[in-house]
Amino acid sequence: MPEPYDPLQPGEKEVIAPTGQGGPMDLALEEAQSLEKTLEPAGPGPQEKARSLWSDAWHQLRRNPVFVISLLLILFLVVISIWPQLIASGDPLQCDLSKSQQGSEPGHPFGFDTQGCDVYTRTVYGAQASITVGICATVGAALLGSLLGGLAGFFGGWWDAVLSRVADIFFGIPVILGGLVLLSVVTSTTVWPVVGFIVLLGWPQIARIARGSVITAKQNDYVQAARALGAGNGRMLLRHVAPNAIAPVIVVATIALGTYISLEATLSFLGVGLRPPTVSWGIDISNAASQIRNAPHMLLWPAGALSITVLAFIMLGDAVRDALDPKLR
Amino acid sequence: MRGATHAKWAACAVAVALGATACGGGSDGGGGDGAGIVSSSWGDPQNPLEPANTNEVQGGKVLDMLFRGLKRYDPETGEAVNMVAESIESTDQQNFTVTLKDGWKFSNDEPVTAQSFVDAWNYAADVRSKQNNSPFFSNIVGYEDVHPESGDPKTKTMKGLVVKDAKTFTVALTDRFSTWPDTLGYQAFSPLPKSFFTDHAGWLDKPVGNGPYTVDSYTKGSGMKLRKWDGYTGPDKAQNGGVDLKVYTDNNTAYTDLIAGNLDLVDDVPAQQLKNVKNDLGDRYINQPALIIQTLTFPLYDPGWSKAGMEKVRQGISRAINREEITKQIFQDTRTPAKDWTSSALGEKGGFKDMCGDLCTYDPAAAKKLIEDGGGLPGGKVTVTSNVDTGSHRVWMDAVCNSINNALGRGPVCTVNPVGTFADYRNQQSSYKLTGPFRSGWQGDYPLIQNFLQPLYYTGASSNYGKFSNKDFDKLVDEANAESDTAKAIAKFQDAEKILAQQMPSIPLWYQNGSAGYSERLSDVKLNQFSVPVYDQIKVG
Amino acid sequence: MGRYVIRRLLQMIPVFIGSTFLIFLMVYALGDPVAALFGDKAPDPATAARIRKDLYLDQPLWKQYLHYMGQIFQGDFGTAFNGQPVTELMASAFPVTLRLTIVAILIEIVVGITLGVVSGLRRGQLVDTSLLVLTLVVISVPVFVTGYVLQFLLGVKWGWVRPTVSSDAPFNELILPGVVLALVSLAYVTRLSRTSIAENVKADYVRTAVAKGLPRRRVITRHLLRNSLIPVVTFIGTDIGALMGGAIITERIFNIHGVGYQLYQGILRNNAPTVVGFVTILVIVFLLANLLVDLLYAVLDPRIRYA
Repeated sequence: MPEPYDPLQPGEKEVIAPTGQGGPMDLALEEAQSLEKTLEPAGPGPQEKARSLWSDAWHQLRRNPVFVISLLLILFLVVISIWPQLIASGDPLQCDLSKSQQGSEPGHPFGFDTQGCDVYTRTVYGAQASITVGICATVGAALLGSLLGGLAGFFGGWWDAVLSRVADIFFGIPVILGGLVLLSVVTSTTVWPVVGFIVLLGWPQIARIARGSVITAKQNDYVQAARALGAGNGRMLLRHVAPNAIAPVIVVATIALGTYISLEATLSFLGVGLRPPTVSWGIDISNAASQIRNAPHMLLWPAGALSITVLAFIMLGDAVRDALDPKLR
Repeated sequence: MRGATHAKWAACAVAVALGATACGGGSDGGGGDGAGIVSSSWGDPQNPLEPANTNEVQGGKVLDMLFRGLKRYDPETGEAVNMVAESIESTDQQNFTVTLKDGWKFSNDEPVTAQSFVDAWNYAADVRSKQNNSPFFSNIVGYEDVHPESGDPKTKTMKGLVVKDAKTFTVALTDRFSTWPDTLGYQAFSPLPKSFFTDHAGWLDKPVGNGPYTVDSYTKGSGMKLRKWDGYTGPDKAQNGGVDLKVYTDNNTAYTDLIAGNLDLVDDVPAQQLKNVKNDLGDRYINQPALIIQTLTFPLYDPGWSKAGMEKVRQGISRAINREEITKQIFQDTRTPAKDWTSSALGEKGGFKDMCGDLCTYDPAAAKKLIEDGGGLPGGKVTVTSNVDTGSHRVWMDAVCNSINNALGRGPVCTVNPVGTFADYRNQQSSYKLTGPFRSGWQGDYPLIQNFLQPLYYTGASSNYGKFSNKDFDKLVDEANAESDTAKAIAKFQDAEKILAQQMPSIPLWYQNGSAGYSERLSDVKLNQFSVPVYDQIKVG
Repeated sequence: MGRYVIRRLLQMIPVFIGSTFLIFLMVYALGDPVAALFGDKAPDPATAARIRKDLYLDQPLWKQYLHYMGQIFQGDFGTAFNGQPVTELMASAFPVTLRLTIVAILIEIVVGITLGVVSGLRRGQLVDTSLLVLTLVVISVPVFVTGYVLQFLLGVKWGWVRPTVSSDAPFNELILPGVVLALVSLAYVTRLSRTSIAENVKADYVRTAVAKGLPRRRVITRHLLRNSLIPVVTFIGTDIGALMGGAIITERIFNIHGVGYQLYQGILRNNAPTVVGFVTILVIVFLLANLLVDLLYAVLDPRIRYA
């Protein structure tokens, strides 16, 4: 890893922030290359520059090892969720109660859970539901939340009042109440009702974060300049505001991914989450939680798998955020 | 203010370091001379604390300390022995004369008279009082007058209750019911003082009864302090100075407080701690049968389950459930595989007997054969339903389904259908919407075999959720109730159980034990058949 | 500014009506609560009918709602099934939960922001990586487990703290529950402040401040932190209400009789007055917290103005 950059040690070479309050980013991994490039910031510049923002981001991402590693990890998880039998030969529903909570034995490296099911097989098979719920709910909540929050922050006034107050009402709905009311009528055994429910309750938080970021970002001089130059609302929002406001949304969304996978467990615990015979990390984690004193191995593996998934997405989020920051180049 | 908090915090830390245990409260001291206070776990009662409105263990716990009725069930044998009653006599098993003992009074010095009982029972039966347990009075003549099916009652009293003098009253029942006197140990039949009627709100804030304890203070939602009543003249005087009931929202937390030394008695050891109990408590742990049975009831209102031949399928499912393994692995032997439709806590004398035999024994091959002979599972599938908001219902349902699936070897034919709340479950159950076997738990109100059979399987009975109906069964129950000799009555009830085995309207799963753990300060801790600690016998120190 | 605040306060009225109606509708959708009052026994039809009548449950939904709102305006929030008035439940639950929330928020602010600043300044170094690992642990291990393990180790095994909270719930007993409650939010706050700090660390105003010879500490707190706080403050604002209403598991582990518990009981027992009453107060807390956050934006970034 290259040396981290500490701005408070005088004498370092720096990139001068061209406009606004936002300074150049500390891009630890690609610092040398970005320094050579010293691109103009996106913003009041001509249109081609703005267009190159996204292609530059991609260009930079491809050479970022963090991005590559996280992408490979995610690819691996996706492959496992589609074809779990690639690495697990057992049946996750085949359980032998006489082996309840026993430790590992040949052929069963991670031991057994309370029902005597093989923990390894269940962890592998649980990937599908958990990753689908995690990714889809996060993408849904992040898109809906940043769209509505962004509009509220950017336009202010009535937009803000209505959208924010609607968000407030949604905030007020207790997860348990919402789950019991909205999900108990569902008999589908797919993950989609759960995904939809999490999006419904998850978007207000991301909307608040996006709104706050947009309110700050639109104060920047280059946004005001763009407005003065007659840029339309849509372009201003997409080209100038969004890239500057996206970082907190990405951070919150990547962590939310993990909490959403856990939230699915809470819903299952309440009897309204994923319906059996669906297998998921959430269900296994919540079953293992109460047995922590008796059989910690039951918790270790599904929770470990959840950690790796969240790690992959946090790394991905970091890399994307760095690459998207126009001030860096 | 923050400074002060910090100082207290630091002082606490020091006190703990020095080995003092009483930081931030803790249990009161007290010697071994019967003055020690027992601190015990409690759950918030579900309903206001009126005797006829309390139908769950947590409220029952308090009533058991505050009230003594005509009879009381011996904590050891379960036998109904006279308490306030001197005698309860009848010549025709239908009209009873109740005579009270002298010397009983409420803790406000009001004497316990025949009127105290009659007023209490009339209040309990009156539909305007909205008491949960009003059906317990439905076999008294004149019940319909105070409890009409709709509209307001015409009167406030039941004709069947007549006060003869201060110590005597008579009860007329609508049908013959030989074991009726033995039901009177149930708390709904407790006497009530006049203040209950004159200052109802005041009474609810600080209930007054005729039992060995009085209420010292009651903070709803957090706890109740009960103290020994020195004026108590009954035979079962409290052996300790009092009981502090402390509300816990989670039994696991109560257990943690017990092993940390902040609590003396936990009467519900959480399932996930059962493996650690030996380690944590040694022999300060009780695990004994209680009057609770769990069954899986079939929806016989659904033709798919009730058509001829299906009884074999129902029996087959019963044989596909490995009760031994489940009670051992999931419940750590705190439940016992069921062998009949009553409860092992009744004892042989009370009518408990292995009436299910092979049909309650795990045998995958026999299970397969029975189900095939009966025409197979309806639609090739079976869905097991229960609420999952309390207890460990989810865990055992999974285990039952796995057992059935493993036994039948046809893949996941059995699935569980968890229902989020008890309320929702009850609504689905009582509107007959469930299409597969569903959980029914039954906790006996009194230790009588009748209580486990009639309310559940008699045609049209109140808790007959599967709509089981069998003429021979009904006839045997009627005969048993008319029988004046207890042993003969029990034999009739057992004959009725044989019909349950043939028809299998519900699968007996297991008997649930009462469990409790206690601190080193306590001795003589016992549970009664209702899995409630016998507080008055506990000694401290 | 004053007009803005008044406008925001006035917006509470439609939100109040909207959220009470929505929650009322949802509890109504949960179904009839009466059958469950009778435990495992079948409800007696006449008694059940009378209870329904007294609770207005035999009326159509809109009448029930109007009746309920009428009661609220007379200060009567209805009664829980154990006979306690909901106002009494609120008076005992909210102060306790408020204290717990204050402890949790303070921990989030102090610990979360400190860790965020440290890892933002030391990106890619050991501290940063270790904090990332801790974040992953906090996210993937359920609160129940962290809470229970901490309670067992600190409260039982080592006896450093009381394992449960007494009914008065003083601040000192709420420190451990506060930590447990704050854990997941700590992950958010730390990552958010880390990102903001890392983004702003090379800003010209920071360099100017360094060039002026200001002490390192002052540069971080005055210049760097202040400009990095907006997302963090937004998150904490949204978290206040979530912590107050969503502390069900933490409250259970430490036996705290707070809002989460009462709300959970109300929902399980389909008790509309309890649920609507508690949620209404929570929504008001959300509104006030968000208003406060919006006002803080203007303090943190003077370019933001409210008309």
